[in-house]
Amino acid sequence: MNEDLIVSGRMNPLIDPHLGVWEWQIPSYLFLGGLAAGILFFAGLFAVWNKEEQYPTAVRKAPILVPFILVLGLLFLFLDLKHKLYFWRLYTTIKLESPMSWGAWTLMAITPLSIVWAGLHIREFFPNWDWKFQWVKDGVNWLNKYKKEMAWAMMTLALILGVYTGILFSAFNARPLWNTSILGPLFLISGLSTGAASIVLLSKVKAERHMFARIDLGLIAVELFLIIHMFMGFNAGTQTKINAADLFMGGDFTAAFWVLVVGMGLVIPAILEILEMRDKKVPYAAAPVLVLIGGLILRFILAHAGQMSHWVMN
Amino acid sequence: MRYAMAVDSKKCVGCSDCVVACQTENNVPIGYARDWVREINHGIYPELHTELRSERCNHCDNAPCVRSCPTGASHYAEGGIVKVAEEKCIGCSACIISCPYDARYIHPKGYVDKCTFCDHRVKDGEDPACVAVCPTKCLYFGDLDDPNSEMSTLLRVRKYKTLIPEAGTDPQLYILV
Amino acid sequence: MVKSRRDFIKISALSSAGLFVGNQVVKATSSVAGSEKQDSDYKLPSELKRTPTYCEVCFWKCAGWVHKDEDGQIKKITGNNLDLNSNGRFCPRGTGGVGMYYDEDRLKYPLIRTEERGKQTFRRASWDEAFKYIADKMAKIKEEHGAEATALFTHGSGGKHFTKLMKGFGSANVAAPSYAQCRGPREVAFIATYGQGINSPENTDIRDTRCMVLIGSHIGENMHNGHVQEMSDAIDKNATIITVDPRFSTAASKSKYWLPIKPATDIALLLAWIHVIINEELYDKKYIEQHAYGFDQLKAHVQSMTPEWAYGITTIKPDVIRETVREMAKAAPATIVHPGRHVTWYGDDTQRLRAVAILNALLGSWGRRGGFYMPDKVSVPHAKLPPFPKPEFTWRDAMDGKYQLADLALANGMCDATIPTSGMNRSIKGWIVNGTNLIETLPDRKKTLAAIQNLDLMVVVDTMPMEITGWADVVLPECTYLERYDSIRDSQHREPTIALRMPAAKPKYESRSAWWMAKNLSRYMGLEQYFPFDTLEEELDHELKQMGTSLAEMQQVGVKKWKRAYDDIYFKDGEAVEFFTNTGKIELYSTAFAEAGFDPMPTYTAHPEPPQGYYRLIYGRAPMHTFTRTANNPNLTDLMSENSVWVNPKVAREWDLKNGQEVYLQNQDNVVSSFPIKVRVTERIRWDSVYMVHGFGHANKKLSRAYGRGASDAEMITNVMVDPIMGGTGMRGNFVTFRFTKGEEA
Repeated sequence: MNEDLIVSGRMNPLIDPHLGVWEWQIPSYLFLGGLAAGILFFAGLFAVWNKEEQYPTAVRKAPILVPFILVLGLLFLFLDLKHKLYFWRLYTTIKLESPMSWGAWTLMAITPLSIVWAGLHIREFFPNWDWKFQWVKDGVNWLNKYKKEMAWAMMTLALILGVYTGILFSAFNARPLWNTSILGPLFLISGLSTGAASIVLLSKVKAERHMFARIDLGLIAVELFLIIHMFMGFNAGTQTKINAADLFMGGDFTAAFWVLVVGMGLVIPAILEILEMRDKKVPYAAAPVLVLIGGLILRFILAHAGQMSHWVMN
Repeated sequence: MRYAMAVDSKKCVGCSDCVVACQTENNVPIGYARDWVREINHGIYPELHTELRSERCNHCDNAPCVRSCPTGASHYAEGGIVKVAEEKCIGCSACIISCPYDARYIHPKGYVDKCTFCDHRVKDGEDPACVAVCPTKCLYFGDLDDPNSEMSTLLRVRKYKTLIPEAGTDPQLYILV
Repeated sequence: MVKSRRDFIKISALSSAGLFVGNQVVKATSSVAGSEKQDSDYKLPSELKRTPTYCEVCFWKCAGWVHKDEDGQIKKITGNNLDLNSNGRFCPRGTGGVGMYYDEDRLKYPLIRTEERGKQTFRRASWDEAFKYIADKMAKIKEEHGAEATALFTHGSGGKHFTKLMKGFGSANVAAPSYAQCRGPREVAFIATYGQGINSPENTDIRDTRCMVLIGSHIGENMHNGHVQEMSDAIDKNATIITVDPRFSTAASKSKYWLPIKPATDIALLLAWIHVIINEELYDKKYIEQHAYGFDQLKAHVQSMTPEWAYGITTIKPDVIRETVREMAKAAPATIVHPGRHVTWYGDDTQRLRAVAILNALLGSWGRRGGFYMPDKVSVPHAKLPPFPKPEFTWRDAMDGKYQLADLALANGMCDATIPTSGMNRSIKGWIVNGTNLIETLPDRKKTLAAIQNLDLMVVVDTMPMEITGWADVVLPECTYLERYDSIRDSQHREPTIALRMPAAKPKYESRSAWWMAKNLSRYMGLEQYFPFDTLEEELDHELKQMGTSLAEMQQVGVKKWKRAYDDIYFKDGEAVEFFTNTGKIELYSTAFAEAGFDPMPTYTAHPEPPQGYYRLIYGRAPMHTFTRTANNPNLTDLMSENSVWVNPKVAREWDLKNGQEVYLQNQDNVVSSFPIKVRVTERIRWDSVYMVHGFGHANKKLSRAYGRGASDAEMITNVMVDPIMGGTGMRGNFVTFRFTKGEEA
């Protein structure tokens, strides 16, 4: 029988018996970031494609929620900080090696952009909205001229933001479960999927709903592929990686991951979407709600499991 | 200058003096510690092997905490000592998560705190508090850039290992075995 | 011409004479301690950022420095580089000594009991009131039973001052549990063999040893600072360490040979070693011929005690027995068969330690480099006091003539003498207990409590509320060692050394030093003549000046070393050495034991083994704690907050025990532990035993960090195997089993 124990010192419950410094704030923040990225990506995409009229929810309506989502996300990030009064220090340096830093800067760029985009489409929610001041109206008119360019910028930033939500984890070599190049694409795809799902939820246009259900189905397929790929990668890796994967293969997170994330959050919504596309009677909100919940749980589980995974001490 | 520390696991008895000396030297609040003692046992009675050693920040040459810090609060100081500038730290915990040795903790005041190799003592030519107090003299501290230092000599004549070398951090805490 | 100390001591007829003679009578100054003078005890030279002290967290008494920050707050404690006990390096407990000062659970005010004894109901009292109460009760005991019917239990520096008070009062009953519950058998065995005890710090020359044998002694876990340091030096120099222990102790993990012996069979192993060393003629012939008495008897005695014989008893293979003793002989005389410290295990401990002493003699290690050095010490010239009244009886009168060979008082004997049924016509009626938590320290708690209930007065002097304070009539809050002067430390070592303890801060709350208490009590009890100085500083200065230094100098240096007066740390080759035994030789055959009717040479007797489903309770130390006294120290609970019970994986499987699971322990007398204890499943303990660290499982709720943390081994020790030679209390004959709930059988 082998023993590995800390005799004394380091009695900090945030560190031992396993790391637990990131609680609900960071996974929630990453979920919201991914969701915002998803919505903005599709808004940009369909605006660039000149499909604004066919897909009004994607281009105009859903993005109005994004500033609130991003601000809420930033609030969660702020809540996670333990030395809050020094928050501004994030914006005195640009450290490209630090995902936390470029995430903060990406948000710094994408949040104002999303606010402007929302402002341009405010009448979707408030048809009688009046900007009151002439100079604001002038500004809005001027911006409307550059909508394409903004759409391109939004798409690019959304992709960066989406990938960032994964890289924030995967950049930590110290946490073997996170330290996989799949996590960036996985979180991006999951973010796009939750974005698509929220458009399905919000849309009143059947064609648009079907379009995004189809898109979502594709994303779910990619996501499943990435997840399987990720575990194959782990199991082909070193003992450290195998141990990390074991958290999901018989370990503490097995049931939660395979039932809640893969089953409830991916497979069932996929089936529901297929059924709906074949015009079977299913409540149309069921699939997107499950996708959103699944996306949230995915981040919670990965956040906590990742903190439990560690190198084998020699 | 490249400061490093060595722990002679053949001599360490796990008394934890290094932990309490660090706490009183550096005003580490009760309930927190910058260093700790690990015990690893292998074998089946009566064929047993026990390794005891004092652990702390490895002051890595390739420190993931410094890379992951979004504000530059975590930085390399004189002699490769990895330090945290309290007034730059936002308490985001990225460095804590980035450390494969779990060597950092959040000070009750909110910033992240860790071993400094007692650089305030080192400046005065003294050993870090843990080294100075160790009753078994199993802790060594010195400059690896000086080929004549006790540290350099030790690493020439003794068998040693570093912790989790495969993590690629280039750690500067050497375990003499 | 005096050539060596031995001659000198012989000349002075074994008196306690040392380097300093010329004690002079100091006249008692005009008045007794006035109110102003009382406080001067704590006057601090404010300019000092660091003040000297010697540690009181354990008996090793390392000398060091207390450092203060800009605001004069105590910050840290470090070792004094001049100090031989610590070599400038304090152990974790000494470093964490600051926690004693800052512990908010400390005793703060004098307390007087208001309801029945043991209910822990007290009222705050003034010092004056407390002293008056004690003096009145003591006077009443003296009137009704004689002053002899009082006793002092002490462990620590404060004891000296109360001892003076007790002796002045007319009682010779002064006992420390460190004798009969700890190292007593060792002292008696070595006095019987070499005419000289081991004392403290032990005179083992570990620094230069080539081979050290540890029998149940767990250096490294017992944080006997100097020894831990020297063992480390020995490891550096590649010395061979041989550890005999049913547990894979830290020391065992550093050893070339670990002998996982069946518990309670050590004497058989020692006798087999003696057999091999004699029969293979590996012993130091010249040394034995010159210095020893009784070799032939010993040789005849051990003839049947072959390694094969011992194998059947100890489970240690014969070739391992031979190989290890050959290693010892190869390194001899730089070999130490370590006598250990806490040796009261099975009731035949004096004989086991005799075997240790004999083995050392055969290796020729006594008085040799790398074996045992001859220690030296300074004798502090105390002021001459009026003679103490001669007591008409002592605790010994309750012993029916037993334990005559005990060279110090037995704490358990004192306890026996307090219970009236002990066949003594006058039992003890008053106790002063200073710095020792008798409830946890003495085995057989029921008896201790019975004795306490028979008292007319129990005064407890301590810094912390302990189990024993709960039973007191009067509680006197002692200030910590960081807040007081104390007597000069004059412990033995390679060179004679003294150390000063002075306050680094004013006593917190209303706590006061033991000296101040004894001094003031002497006023109330009419014993002023035994306390001729107004303050302890004056007394210290007076003593120090006669030694050629002064209080002022000592405040600056903390430690002062003298050269040895004689070059006699090791025996010279061929030197005729006279040993203070009956024969003047090292007695392999003890004439003193034979005279007293005991076996003159050790023999092995089998001890009871655990019944089915029970495991032998082995207890020990953790390096970050000193018995029960540190269990609430915030700095040290930070390092270790509770004990666990070590269980071999085989046993764990049998009982389906999981790591970290809480269980209650129940012993052979159906005593169940008050608190549960966490299981540690580990290969490091034999399957027939369990192990736990002593000092936890505190039952006093006033200890906010220690209450109910872990379990108390002392509570499980109800079977006491008394050593017939010196009355030591063997405590390793207790067997425990597991219970999953407190109420029902497992």
